[in-house]
Amino acid sequence: MGCVRGDRRLFSGLNFSLTPGTFVQLTGPNGSGKTSLLRILCGLLAPAEGEVRWQGANIRALGEEYFTTATYLGHRHGIKDELSGVENLRISNALNGVEITEERATTVLGTMGLAGREHLPARLLSEGQRRRVALARLIVCGTTLWLLDEVLTSLDKAAVALIRSLIEEHLANGGIAIVATHQEFELKSGSVQRLELAT
Amino acid sequence: MFRWIVWRDLILAWRRRADVLSTVFFFVIVVSLFPLGIGPETQLLRSIAPGVVWVAALLASMLSLGRMFANDYQDGTLEQMLLTPQPLYLLVLGKIVAHWLVAEIPLVLIAPVLGMQFGLSRETLLILFATLLLGTPVLSLIGSVGAALTLGLRGSGVLISILVLPLYIPVLIFGAGGVEASIMGSSPQSHIYLLGAISVLSLTFAPWAAAAGLRISLE
Repeated sequence: MGCVRGDRRLFSGLNFSLTPGTFVQLTGPNGSGKTSLLRILCGLLAPAEGEVRWQGANIRALGEEYFTTATYLGHRHGIKDELSGVENLRISNALNGVEITEERATTVLGTMGLAGREHLPARLLSEGQRRRVALARLIVCGTTLWLLDEVLTSLDKAAVALIRSLIEEHLANGGIAIVATHQEFELKSGSVQRLELAT
Repeated sequence: MFRWIVWRDLILAWRRRADVLSTVFFFVIVVSLFPLGIGPETQLLRSIAPGVVWVAALLASMLSLGRMFANDYQDGTLEQMLLTPQPLYLLVLGKIVAHWLVAEIPLVLIAPVLGMQFGLSRETLLILFATLLLGTPVLSLIGSVGAALTLGLRGSGVLISILVLPLYIPVLIFGAGGVEASIMGSSPQSHIYLLGAISVLSLTFAPWAAAAGLRISLE
């Protein structure tokens, strides 16, 4: 796989395959193409060369079917400021084909440490709390492949620990997680791989 | 799913009422300036009324088009929508329906009231209402293509106008033409049929084109 943005070749000759239960930590200096790689893997961006295959089939050919197996969380939250946490969670899940009740959404946000703030408009929440609302989707989405881009920024220690346990559980269930982060992120279980992009 | 996207956009519009109201006020003010500027010459006012109301409706929808995808683009919800296992044209259609309900329907409802300033008869006001009701979906549909293509560009507001206003010309001709026919005392039927045909045509193609435009804009 290779990626070109503008005139710059970010990476080329990249080739890897992942098995269920794998965790990949994606590192590299700013501008090395971490976000571009994740956007290629989730299908938002077309690779300049090569292709992404899911269970042997090109994701471009799988189309919408692929999106039932992958969840991408970018550094933009994907949270509507005017909507409350519950509304954000319910709507984004409904659009992903998983309708959840208001009680379920409230419980999930409680797990994410937002108890008592579920019905506040997201614009009143802090940066870290909005990130928690976005991450709450991971609990209910039920997808196999998680692509997380710089999701740990502005999260406190407790939240990072929570995400770590979520990912560990996900891997134990045969899921795959690819996380781009600058922070040290150690998992207790699962097979951990590192992918370092250079400039 | 379609229900959810329309519902979502309606809630968002309700929580940002000021945006919707500013479009309506713009429409009211532009239409009202003409009788004030021209003076109480009933004959002249009556003959320019169809064109004035229709052109004002086109300009007012320009104001709201820029917001159709731009807000969702900025906070990242649009890229999440592209990653849902739903056909993108359905999502786009949902947003178009919501835009029509929020930005166009108020104009359609208030237009007959404004038409009274121009001394239009009751039958003509009814025709004005009918042509707007049939024609405004086209404004949202064609506008969505322009909004999708100019997403994330600098000065996209002006660019949308340049891109989309020429495409509105057929709607303007048949919409205003229908009202004019009614003023002249002839039947506006043919105009209304043609408006309906344009609506169906753009309903068929615009969501696809807008979906393709979004994919390009988000790469």
